[in-house]
Amino acid sequence: MSRTLQAPVTVAFDYTRSTGPVIGRFFSGLRDGVVIGGRTSAGEVVVPPLEFDPVTHEPTTDFVEVSSVGTVTSWTWVPEPVKAQPFDRPFAFALVTLDGATAPLLHALDVTSPEDVSTGMRVRVRWAAERTGAITDIACFEPLAPGEASTGSTNEASSQVVEPVETPVTGVVVPVSLDYDYAASPEESLFYRGLNEGKIMGQRCPTCQKVYVPPRSACPADGTPTEEEVELSQTGTITTFCIVNVPFLGQKITPPYVSAYVLLDGADIAVLHLILGVPAEEVRMGMRVKAVWKPKEEWTFSLENIDHFAPTGDPDADFDTYKHHL
Amino acid sequence: MRDVAVVGFAQRQMPEFDGSPTCVELLVPLFKECYEQTGWTRKDVGFWCSGSSDYLAGRSFSFVQAVDAIGVIPPVNESHVEMDLAWAMYEAWIKIQTGEVDTALVYAFGKSSAGVLRRTLALQLEPYTMTPLWPDTVSLAGLQARAGIDAGLWDERAMAEVANRSLTDAEKNEYAIRKGGSSVEELLARPMYADPLRKHDCSPVTDGAAAIVLAAGDRAREVRDRPAWITGVSHHVDPMGMGVRDLTRSPSAQRSGAALDLGGVEVAELHAPFSHQELILRRELGLADDVAINPSGGALTSNPMFSGGGIRVGEAAKKVWSGDADKVLAHATSGPALQQNLVCTLAASTEGNNN
Amino acid sequence: MGKQPAAIIGVGQTHHRAKREDVSMAGLCREAIDRALADANLSLDDIDAIVVGKAPDLFEGVMMPELFLAEALGAAGKPLLRVHTAGSVGGSTAIVASSLVQAGVHKRVLTVAYEKQSESNAMWALSVPLPFNMPVHAGAGGYFAPHVRSYIRRSQAPTHVGAIVAAKDRTNALKNPYAHLHNEGTTVETVLASQMLWDPIRYDETCPSSDGACALVIVDEDTAASSPNPAWIHGTVMRSEATTAAERDQVNPQAGRDAAAALWKQAGITNPIEEIDAAEIYVPFSWFEPMWLENLGFAAEGDGWKLTEAGETAMDGRIPVNCSGGVLSSNPIGASGMLRFGEAALQVRGAAGEHQVDGARRALGHAYGGGSQFFAMWVVGSEKPSN
Repeated sequence: MSRTLQAPVTVAFDYTRSTGPVIGRFFSGLRDGVVIGGRTSAGEVVVPPLEFDPVTHEPTTDFVEVSSVGTVTSWTWVPEPVKAQPFDRPFAFALVTLDGATAPLLHALDVTSPEDVSTGMRVRVRWAAERTGAITDIACFEPLAPGEASTGSTNEASSQVVEPVETPVTGVVVPVSLDYDYAASPEESLFYRGLNEGKIMGQRCPTCQKVYVPPRSACPADGTPTEEEVELSQTGTITTFCIVNVPFLGQKITPPYVSAYVLLDGADIAVLHLILGVPAEEVRMGMRVKAVWKPKEEWTFSLENIDHFAPTGDPDADFDTYKHHL
Repeated sequence: MRDVAVVGFAQRQMPEFDGSPTCVELLVPLFKECYEQTGWTRKDVGFWCSGSSDYLAGRSFSFVQAVDAIGVIPPVNESHVEMDLAWAMYEAWIKIQTGEVDTALVYAFGKSSAGVLRRTLALQLEPYTMTPLWPDTVSLAGLQARAGIDAGLWDERAMAEVANRSLTDAEKNEYAIRKGGSSVEELLARPMYADPLRKHDCSPVTDGAAAIVLAAGDRAREVRDRPAWITGVSHHVDPMGMGVRDLTRSPSAQRSGAALDLGGVEVAELHAPFSHQELILRRELGLADDVAINPSGGALTSNPMFSGGGIRVGEAAKKVWSGDADKVLAHATSGPALQQNLVCTLAASTEGNNN
Repeated sequence: MGKQPAAIIGVGQTHHRAKREDVSMAGLCREAIDRALADANLSLDDIDAIVVGKAPDLFEGVMMPELFLAEALGAAGKPLLRVHTAGSVGGSTAIVASSLVQAGVHKRVLTVAYEKQSESNAMWALSVPLPFNMPVHAGAGGYFAPHVRSYIRRSQAPTHVGAIVAAKDRTNALKNPYAHLHNEGTTVETVLASQMLWDPIRYDETCPSSDGACALVIVDEDTAASSPNPAWIHGTVMRSEATTAAERDQVNPQAGRDAAAALWKQAGITNPIEEIDAAEIYVPFSWFEPMWLENLGFAAEGDGWKLTEAGETAMDGRIPVNCSGGVLSSNPIGASGMLRFGEAALQVRGAAGEHQVDGARRALGHAYGGGSQFFAMWVVGSEKPSN
């Protein structure tokens, strides 16, 4: 048995980014099949345009169209691509200074081996089949074919100032999905393993003698790991609670329901759980409740093995018995 | 300015930590070591500051539980930076300079192995035009290494020399997770990985944590015979854009070094996660050939995210404590391709304090 | 060299909205920064160092966004720090920025805090599901509602006190052109009639989710001499305790009480309710006004609601609280604490516009975060501190 419980978790969200006028102008260009740079106060043409000038700090307003053909100024081989990169097979990342620009753009370069790429080689933009106004409208760079004219649509000497577009891009959706291996601490692992056996396990702090559930890698009062194992009663007292009437992402129970702090008999800290088996408006501070478990065959290493807490029917606890736990 | 010294240091580094991303279990023994070194209890610590990253842990507020390791009844004077330990130390150094406190314990932690580190760090890039391509850390370093090779500033041999020296020195460092030097020829004979980088040109994915103790004036002298006095500390940042900076340089490192008196530095611990970055840093800091670089083996052999920079400070301070050196330099970096840099000097004497 | 005097001479903020779709993250920050610099009569080139504050990176999906923002914020070639202390971060960031001046290390520091919550979903970002755990809470409201219930039980407060706070702050916000919510006609009755979300917290008693930023320019004594109305820093405090600990008081947390006691001592204040002319207190759910009045020492334990009920926290009361409309009217989380600190500075500078408290000489800025375990506070004054 490994020291700790581990499980995969994916943290994913499709972020809705507003671009502002400068990046929006760049993306509008990509959507329309042209690469737009921004001219700085020092006369540099930077792709993508800088939102603010590095010297004057003013917003960039001077946009120019640059060529879709350019020169590799640096490159690196990507032997083991990671998820969501432009290719799922080996490729190169390259810095490419497009004709008409003075600073390079970072993007993928589609070549089959590192022997096929070199600094100084001429490449051009390969446009994506569908363009939406995002950096991925450029699928990648690709080498110019042998003998192919080495200039693109825009001549280096005549970068054109461009006018505003009629329907500018103002936003872009950027999916971010990261996979992690999540591990519980050794103390938490004890707790979750106990739940898998139908037990609620706590630990006592050797310094302050408080019983923590779940047990802790460090007792927050004195920084000492909790040690002595204590199996807790499955009966306890509601210290305080709220009635949830609002739906939220990932919610598993239909509102309204009661979320309550339950101070198990023998513990010095309350656990948060659901109260069912009683109308929400009848739940009270001080109400005595007991754990109601899911069927054993559904148990796993989770607090969700306890389906909810339900009233025992015993008289309420005196306020004085739990007032220090609020 | 007040005289402030590094008087305590503890670290843990490992390829894969099997515990929680909050790293509380790692911090408890680190703090214990710091108390043993100083003879203090937590109540002697006037200010706490930590460094960590939510994205490394894969959850918001990953630093919140770490304060449990302190023991926070009564509550503590505490702060957190989403930065490396070296900058947490800087915030504490500032706090001591205000005169509000005389002592501080700073710590940082990170479980790099929880995700795919080089991919996770693509979240650090400009989010509109860079992150959607997921340029990984190794690729960005490769672009930088190539730029220097093409410019004739270094070559694969010079990079291999850095790696061989680091791997050899790491043999004496119990915390280093990659060690064992061979020869430059042998390293050059190994296959290319992310051309122009070989695997030994890149730091290994490292989990870990570290803590540093600071004390002012007599509080420092009470702890050690030879406190490592911080005689200078300076930090700066460069623009991120890979297109708008000269990748063969690190102006922010140069500027940070230039703000300090680096004369007489005997040992330099440079936070260079890639071999060529050490070459850039040596040049930007103007370090002479007789300065011993990374006797710990450096970040190339062990680089726990968010404590790797601060560990350079701790390793440098140890050289002063032991009497091996009278003046040392420590450097920390953050961001892609040496974007942000901090340099500090530590000395056995408070003279020449140029803060 | 002891602690150097420091003063706020520039305050800037964005127009806070649910979605600022017209700007990028850099544009949002610069909107606040440019206003703060104009207020201070300085340019970005005059700034020595920049301190950025923001709540969790998962909100915008960028790890350490200050790195990509560095150039747009004018930080290139300068020192840049990034603070993150949960909901208190806006306050903590201002304190770190002021400490750079108080330490004598820098003379002119720019600090900016922001949140662009519309890039994701706050409730998702705050509670990403973890293996083995069980989602019971429903966002921040679900977290704080049980503690509000505990407060009501302990203090025996009448149940409409929360509605009084909400109606007052929403009405105050009508005088603040930057506020997110401008809800005309909010009364105790309309608040009480709004939907019960997390019983005992109603919809109108909760903060909105906003895009916004706040920036401050904090300078040394010499630089402050050029300002017609510097707000001098009289005291700054940060305190932290555990999120969950056995027998931790979650209604009246010790970290907040300790912080307030240390703050009043630093600022030479012995009777806060008499000596503080305006308070900007972090109140994301209406009931936190009476709770923090007690925690801060403006009222004895159990008596905070009496000040609220008697109208003493209104703009013409003994201790005007959140004349700006507060967090209940604008909540770009990472910036919310700095907005409290900045609004306190505006009050003592006589620059709060329509929501100015006449003759305010000393004001409190307050922020808290996490599960009420992180606290950051400052006192600013129109006079240079004597200590």
